[in-house]
Amino acid sequence: MAMIKITIDGHPIEVEEGSYVLDAAKKLGIEIPTLCHYPHMVPYAACRICSVEARDGKGWTKIVTSCNYPAWDGLEISTDTPRVLNARRMNLEMLLSRCAPIPVLQKLARQLGIEKPRWGLGEDTCILCGMCVRVCDEVVGAHALEFSERGIFRKVATPFEEESGDCILCGACAKVCPTGHIVMEDIEQREIIHDEITLGPNAAISIPTRQAVPNVPVINTEYCIHFNTGGCKVCSMVCPKDCINYEDTEQYEDIKVGTIILATGFNAFDPSPLKQYGYGRYSNIITAEEFEMMNNASGPTGGKILLANNKEPHAVGIIHCVGSRDTNAHPYCSRVCCMYSLKLAHLIKERTEAEVYNFYIDMRTPGKGYEEFYERLSNEKVHFVRGRVAEVTDWAMTPEEEDRLVIRVEDTLIGMVRRIPVDMVVLSIGLEPHKDAEEVRRLFNISCSSDGWFLERHPKLGPVSTFTDGIFIAGACQGPKDIPDTVAQAGAAAAEAMVLVDKGVVELEPNTAYLTEEFCSGCKTCIPLCPFSALSFNVEKKISAINEALCKGCGTCVAACPSGALQQNLFDDEQIYEEIKGVLNYV
Amino acid sequence: MSDSSMTNNSFEPRIVAFFCNWCTYTAADLAGTSRMTYAPNARVVRLMCSGRLDPQFVLAALREGADGVLIGGCHPGDCHYQEGNYKALRRYKLLKMLLRKMGIDDKRVRLEWISASEGDRVQAVMNEIVEDIRKLGPLHLESWKYQGNLAAAQELSDAIKGVAYV
Repeated sequence: MAMIKITIDGHPIEVEEGSYVLDAAKKLGIEIPTLCHYPHMVPYAACRICSVEARDGKGWTKIVTSCNYPAWDGLEISTDTPRVLNARRMNLEMLLSRCAPIPVLQKLARQLGIEKPRWGLGEDTCILCGMCVRVCDEVVGAHALEFSERGIFRKVATPFEEESGDCILCGACAKVCPTGHIVMEDIEQREIIHDEITLGPNAAISIPTRQAVPNVPVINTEYCIHFNTGGCKVCSMVCPKDCINYEDTEQYEDIKVGTIILATGFNAFDPSPLKQYGYGRYSNIITAEEFEMMNNASGPTGGKILLANNKEPHAVGIIHCVGSRDTNAHPYCSRVCCMYSLKLAHLIKERTEAEVYNFYIDMRTPGKGYEEFYERLSNEKVHFVRGRVAEVTDWAMTPEEEDRLVIRVEDTLIGMVRRIPVDMVVLSIGLEPHKDAEEVRRLFNISCSSDGWFLERHPKLGPVSTFTDGIFIAGACQGPKDIPDTVAQAGAAAAEAMVLVDKGVVELEPNTAYLTEEFCSGCKTCIPLCPFSALSFNVEKKISAINEALCKGCGTCVAACPSGALQQNLFDDEQIYEEIKGVLNYV
Repeated sequence: MSDSSMTNNSFEPRIVAFFCNWCTYTAADLAGTSRMTYAPNARVVRLMCSGRLDPQFVLAALREGADGVLIGGCHPGDCHYQEGNYKALRRYKLLKMLLRKMGIDDKRVRLEWISASEGDRVQAVMNEIVEDIRKLGPLHLESWKYQGNLAAAQELSDAIKGVAYV
């Protein structure tokens, strides 16, 4: 497209022919106020605040709206002449006569020096800029909003002013609305504290978790407007490097490997089923994981420990063994909770003035420096109450308990039941196996313990091996463990895997099946029995043939061979008969 | 067979247990390392897989003086060799029919799925089968009046091998 020269407030600039004056001014850094402009929508010139004066240098002059006035060669623009400001004032006064209380209009009025609008002050909040209607049509593509009626009755509405089925709840209209006329509301009443506490951002395009590898954003197609309506694509418009690829999909890649280390980790226990702790029912009851998010300097509260009402707590209760050592949840000890609860207690003491109560069954602090840390916490005046918490309630019995959470617990060290009022409760949730651990287990043909953790070959002699050769396990998928133990086990698993990689050869099972060809009648009984396809039929000899490299040595074929032609190394029929005789030959 | 095991009041059953290497044998190992006590009447024969169990092994054990036989394998779907335990189950069902035909109470032979983590299950099953067989009394096969049946049984067991792979 041809480039032309225009001048804005005396500054010359070269722009494409037909591009709008507002964009050119922006390039020059000249600010023109506007209420109805959005870069990715067709300009509409509804608010008329962006009015500027256009001249051709020969005497012709006109007030135009800069957002939709195309540039032509030799155009001269003035953005701050008395005539321009008068026009803007006039337009703003008319807007104020419709909707006075809107902060953005008030601010503009101050800038333009309007003290008392001539036509009074209106009470509406919609300036009919049409941003919502246009974003819904042009960007989102849902077409759920439209102007309805005419003249002074004109307003923005859904068709027939009913709940629109076309609305995809994207919130774009509320986002672009310059006045706050459109708001998003939860129709169902929910009480959420710190609802930003999630492990990652929750926009439709986001980096899945902090520290994600690779650290790139992905589009959640369920929430992405483009994938719902075919419109939007704002992310690709703003991306300066053209990285957005809507065609990209999940891909499965086949990678050939010799050994596999399973380090699939754990799942944090969800305390909602344990009703006595009130999680999800009362505000200010959070899990340790949520506490960590709040405590994070880049978290929702900027690292401050706050209640739902944004005040600091005066007392915090930390309940241990939530989901652990509990026959209603998991019978095992999750091992890490005592130590992280102590850490949380320390952090609360460090950052607030709050009293901290730990409610524990047994304080399990085995490890280098762990017991010393517990001692240190005792000296920091953290309260330790030995006893399982009966319930957390908001039922106040004394004035002191009003509007607080009350922890009812039997203090077994002083032998009485106590009611301890606190402002915040942190649940030290335990560790549990992943929901899909069973599927993973089947995929790799390994075993799980009765709790659902992956089973090692031997607790002492093969702690990272499994019953399937070449599959190793490391970390919390094998059982609850803390970071030092996980790192140690991961190192061991990597070393075990390296042994196989380094050797480059695989040793066969010693107990493979073998065939005595003279005895084989070629009945083919054995062939469909082998799950490893080690048996085949030798058409030339009309007998079975065995591939010992494929044979894993289960002996199923041997047990079925009617002629005794198939035998198993180390488990010959004769050997087993003698073994039976041997085990029965005792007094 | 010693005299002490002949009389009912002090009868100690002799049981041969065929355990698969990966699940039940490991579970028995676990029961041992966990110091679980259970009836000492069973002697374990280790097989790589319950699929290796030739029905003739069971008959041989009964012939050699066992009062009962316990077969242990991995849970369905958990076989280290993918499907050996299914093969064992088929053979077991046919073997039970055969035993009933021979006049041997089929409670004397029992198949159990015990995974490597179920040491307590080994303990429970061992105690149960010993109690069951103590109630049934000694099998006493060598002085059985239907001695002739044993030869027939051998023939039959050969026959069921042919069926067992289906």
